[in-house]
Amino acid sequence: MRRLLLALLPAVLLATILVGPALAVSDPAEMLKNPRQEARAEAIGSQLRCLVCQNESIEDSGADLARDLRHVVRVHVAAGDSNRQIMDWMVVRYGDFIRLRPRLTWVTLLLWASAPLALVAGLVAAWLGMRRRALPPAPLEAAERIRIAELLR
Amino acid sequence: MMPPGSLLSRRRVLTIAPLAGAAAVGVGFWAMLAGMGRGSFDPHDIHAPALNRQVPPFALPDQAPGHGFSSADLGAATAPLLVNFFASWCIPCVIEAPLLISLKGRLPVWGIAYKDRPDDAAGFVTRTGSPYARLAADRPGLTAIDWGVSGVPESFLIRPGGTIAWHTAGPLTQEIIDRQVLPLAAELRR
Repeated sequence: MRRLLLALLPAVLLATILVGPALAVSDPAEMLKNPRQEARAEAIGSQLRCLVCQNESIEDSGADLARDLRHVVRVHVAAGDSNRQIMDWMVVRYGDFIRLRPRLTWVTLLLWASAPLALVAGLVAAWLGMRRRALPPAPLEAAERIRIAELLR
Repeated sequence: MMPPGSLLSRRRVLTIAPLAGAAAVGVGFWAMLAGMGRGSFDPHDIHAPALNRQVPPFALPDQAPGHGFSSADLGAATAPLLVNFFASWCIPCVIEAPLLISLKGRLPVWGIAYKDRPDDAAGFVTRTGSPYARLAADRPGLTAIDWGVSGVPESFLIRPGGTIAWHTAGPLTQEIIDRQVLPLAAELRR
């Protein structure tokens, strides 16, 4: 049994490689007849997240919902909607999560800025630490001087 | 020169600052995990935009053994009701079915069979016993996209007048029903 499985493995791998990428948009029935419109639809689709697989665009995904969303995008493209209108239509229904490229908002800006901000905070902390070490020791006060003189006597 | 008192307090500040930072992060994580336990925070919930919106315009055909409905029917509703997208091919829907049936007397449930063959959907409802006061079919699945549905089952609590008051992507559980759906429905009925 095990030997049989091992013998089948290369065939299964080969089949996965051959079938894998073919799942998505290679079906000509799905495509728009106008090649420019089809190219636009593909560009929009590659920016839309498949909500089933979550880390693939709807153009790359083999999920049923992705196929339906590809269809919706093509209907809108054929109807003459702008890229922005189609993106907004999707965001109204599925939220910003459907954008594979996040929109620049205050929250995402803060996220982008967090690494440089951490670096600056670290540099400030290091500079303060080093400056403190460089300070000369405070001179002795009168009482301390007397105490030392007493001890050394 | 610096008086010894201020040097000490500065050292204390430098000692406490990282601890305070770590504590703040800890409190943040605790709040997040507690919210996940209570159900008030769900990292998988991608459907916030559905809330407080009018249901999208649609008119769906009958799905035996019930009769279909449209957005106008939801708009004309005078009491809160639950709209449940389901399919016979969906395993969580099978698990969810008894809960919906137990809900039947307390909150009307309207069903939409998502991308399902009419015979299969009818068979599913006959097997489990129908919780649905009305039953519609969305065979192409395009109405579901308009609602922002990403997979079945999904449930929406609809206010009288047809706005979405509450939504969950995923199967209902007894806890969700007791803690969220029924209290909110009672509030909407008042």
